[in-house]
Amino acid sequence: MTIDFIINQFTEIIGNFPVAAFLVACASVGGLLFVLMALNAMVAVYVERKVSAFMMDRLGPMGQGPGLHAGKWGILQTFADAIKLLIKEDTIPKSADQILFKVAPFIIFIGAIIGLSALPFSSSIQAVDLNVGVFYIIAAGSIGVIGIVMAGWASNNKWSLYGAMRSAAQIISYEIPAGLSIIVPIMMSGTMNLQNLIEYQSGSIFGIFPNWIMFQNPFAFLAFFIFFISAVAETNRTPFDIPEAESELVAGWMTEYSGFRWAVFFLSEYANMFVVSGLAVAGFMGGWLSPIPGFLNSPVLGLFWFFGKVSFLIFVMMWFRWTFPRLRVDQLMYVCWKVFIPIAMLNIFGVGIWKLIFG
Amino acid sequence: MGVIQGDQMVLNIGPQHPSTHGVLRLEVMTDGEIVSKITPHLGYLHRCFEKHSENVTYEQVIPYTDRCDYLASMNSNFGYVVAMEELMDIKVCERVEYVRVIMAELNRIASHLLGVGAYGLDVGAFTPFVHMLRDRERILDIFEYTCGARLLYNYMWVGGVSHDLPKDFKKICFKFLDYFEPKIDEYNQLLTYNKIFVERTADVGVLPADVAISYGVSGTNLRASGVKWDVRKEEPYSIYDRFDFDIPIGEAKFGTLGDCFDRYWVRILEMKESIKIVRQALKEIPEGDIFETMPKKIRPPKGSIYRRTESPRGDLGYYIESDGSPVPTRVKMRSPAFTALSCLDEISQGWMMSDVLCILGSLDIVLGEIDR
Amino acid sequence: MNRSEIQSLIEEKFPNSLIVNENLQGNQIEIDGQFWKDIATFLKNDPKLLFDQLECITGIDTGDDGPLQSRYNLHSMELRHKIEVIISLDRDNPSVESIEQIWRIGDWFERETYDMFGIVYEGHRDLRRILCPDDWEGWPLRKDYELQETYHGIMVPKVKEEEGWE
Repeated sequence: MTIDFIINQFTEIIGNFPVAAFLVACASVGGLLFVLMALNAMVAVYVERKVSAFMMDRLGPMGQGPGLHAGKWGILQTFADAIKLLIKEDTIPKSADQILFKVAPFIIFIGAIIGLSALPFSSSIQAVDLNVGVFYIIAAGSIGVIGIVMAGWASNNKWSLYGAMRSAAQIISYEIPAGLSIIVPIMMSGTMNLQNLIEYQSGSIFGIFPNWIMFQNPFAFLAFFIFFISAVAETNRTPFDIPEAESELVAGWMTEYSGFRWAVFFLSEYANMFVVSGLAVAGFMGGWLSPIPGFLNSPVLGLFWFFGKVSFLIFVMMWFRWTFPRLRVDQLMYVCWKVFIPIAMLNIFGVGIWKLIFG
Repeated sequence: MGVIQGDQMVLNIGPQHPSTHGVLRLEVMTDGEIVSKITPHLGYLHRCFEKHSENVTYEQVIPYTDRCDYLASMNSNFGYVVAMEELMDIKVCERVEYVRVIMAELNRIASHLLGVGAYGLDVGAFTPFVHMLRDRERILDIFEYTCGARLLYNYMWVGGVSHDLPKDFKKICFKFLDYFEPKIDEYNQLLTYNKIFVERTADVGVLPADVAISYGVSGTNLRASGVKWDVRKEEPYSIYDRFDFDIPIGEAKFGTLGDCFDRYWVRILEMKESIKIVRQALKEIPEGDIFETMPKKIRPPKGSIYRRTESPRGDLGYYIESDGSPVPTRVKMRSPAFTALSCLDEISQGWMMSDVLCILGSLDIVLGEIDR
Repeated sequence: MNRSEIQSLIEEKFPNSLIVNENLQGNQIEIDGQFWKDIATFLKNDPKLLFDQLECITGIDTGDDGPLQSRYNLHSMELRHKIEVIISLDRDNPSVESIEQIWRIGDWFERETYDMFGIVYEGHRDLRRILCPDDWEGWPLRKDYELQETYHGIMVPKVKEEEGWE
């Protein structure tokens, strides 16, 4: 179900109005993606609360009762939070740059959400089937940093500025190992189209193991880890959360934000997590393919496998967050420039040789 | 080649900041992330402890001492009553001595748990903090069971303690110790040996022994610099000379002697020693009347005394000047956290912003005690 | 090393610096303020004394028209002995040499005593109030201290004898 499909349907039913058809298709798909993101954030926030609670030996939200009292096992906690954030006062510092301050959250959000449009949720469900899907998602992911720098600068607050500068340095640096690692699946499959990339991974190794790229050769396995860790760094999650390190920078570039604008930041953080996990799943973990080769594969079940794998990766990110301390700025840069980038380079080389020898 | 130097920027950390451990304001001169000078501004929590003490009777000072170091109130009480008893020349009964030691050591564990846990929080690890709070809660439960209070006990009185131990105290306490001892290894697995934690703390904020002594740094911070100095051993007060325990000192486990990791590690080791002391005291504690040696009237002779004891933060000294009346002429508290904070500027110059808060956390300061 | 031995060492090096006072007890010695910095340097560096730790500086107001006192508790980590040095200061113009550069902690201890008693430590490089706000009036721990009425427009509550808080 792509945009093209909707346009065709529209043309068939109503007639040949290309502009109207395009607009309707975009609006409906965009709306769906937005709903997906909101749901993702809702669920992920709840899961994060619970996961952190269980790791810390506590219960997390457990409110019970009628109305807005957070529901059984605190299921309604996120709804209550969302409503609270929506009705909160929207404070803007007097000396902040009003326009940039207001625009920044939405740029970050756009950066997070447009990556979704190229993600293959299943063999037939994808907003746009781009032939440079991988490239597009990587590029879309770096829009957010503009918003972050904007937010940090516009807040007119030293903590925000620190956070924004750290964030810019971090995201731009970690895009390099992430980009170099994602080249490995591209080299192996010979395509940047995500659907083709996933189809390349169908079949099995020795008839038992799934033929996912990360299992196909050791370099790809390594590339997956570099990609995933860089992705964690790109989404500013612990142990790479130095831009918003609450014990150092109060809340980094989000310090001056409140209410709905802050909620938008929150939404984009989870959207970002979803996108990078989605890319990792599509590129290395067989996307919507079933983990048992040739078993239970269908467009609908593909949806289930895709979301299952993405959820697992998001869970791993949460696991990181509640286990690790935070790195220091220079250590973070050290890991990126002196460890990840050289290994990622060698990976490309290694995969090339592997392909030459084993075809 | 010269050193690249940008413009200096003044950054105010605090008084409202998540990791200044209270209300402390640090005026930090930074060049980007690199810190060149720190000027601490104190007094946001100044509650005139010393002025109050001059207007109340000797026994009424004790609740104020609670509020100074609110994380180790038992030890604050202990220091004051030890000084008072030395001034008045009182020998308290055996049972009271044991009760006091047990309480002080349990409070030391509780205080170190929070110190170490909050330190984990400073470097970004949230989970160990909550685990440690969970275990600290059990100690607070024990205190609550004994004297009814969970944070500010007013438990030790001149010549005695306010409440005798409950009947099944021994059982409960042993149960806690048995539960708690393996937990320390759990913390080590969770936080201490974490590679990132070690990277963040080892070699950072090195405090050499001579600098530490010159700055009057004491307690765990001084021991972490390799000086084997513990008031409990060197100037034994109460009955500390009867117990068998070691003084853990910094051993440069991962970095340089006297770095943040050593300060953290000494606290972890000290918890084990405190467990040892509590176990011994619980085994040996005699029966007796806790009010036996409590004086009816507290009116020390004319004179003055300076006595220091080992609080979880270091040498907690009380200078008490008496003119023979029931009201002290002067009570001065020599606060260990105050001296520890004074060396912050010296040891954090040239480190990065994140390290400053890491070093500050490793000194384990309590603002209530610094500002008094 | 006990008090009398330390006393004789100081006497030997700085004649007439010790003040005889019968009220002294324990390990207290009283000295003349004008020799203080030299004596402090001597106490820290002499191989027989080696007082490397300044435990505490206590300011004391002896009340009425008596002098203010600055008391120093010294301790030697190396030799494990201690001494308390008392310096009496004129009430109207209390000043004594700073030992901030000898023991680094003297910096903050002297600032605190200055804050509370108004004792001026000459030669201190950064003598400011430490616990009270910079623009606080008066020296709170002096016996004749009187509260200012307002502070930045805020009423300062006063304690009245027997009536409690106003």
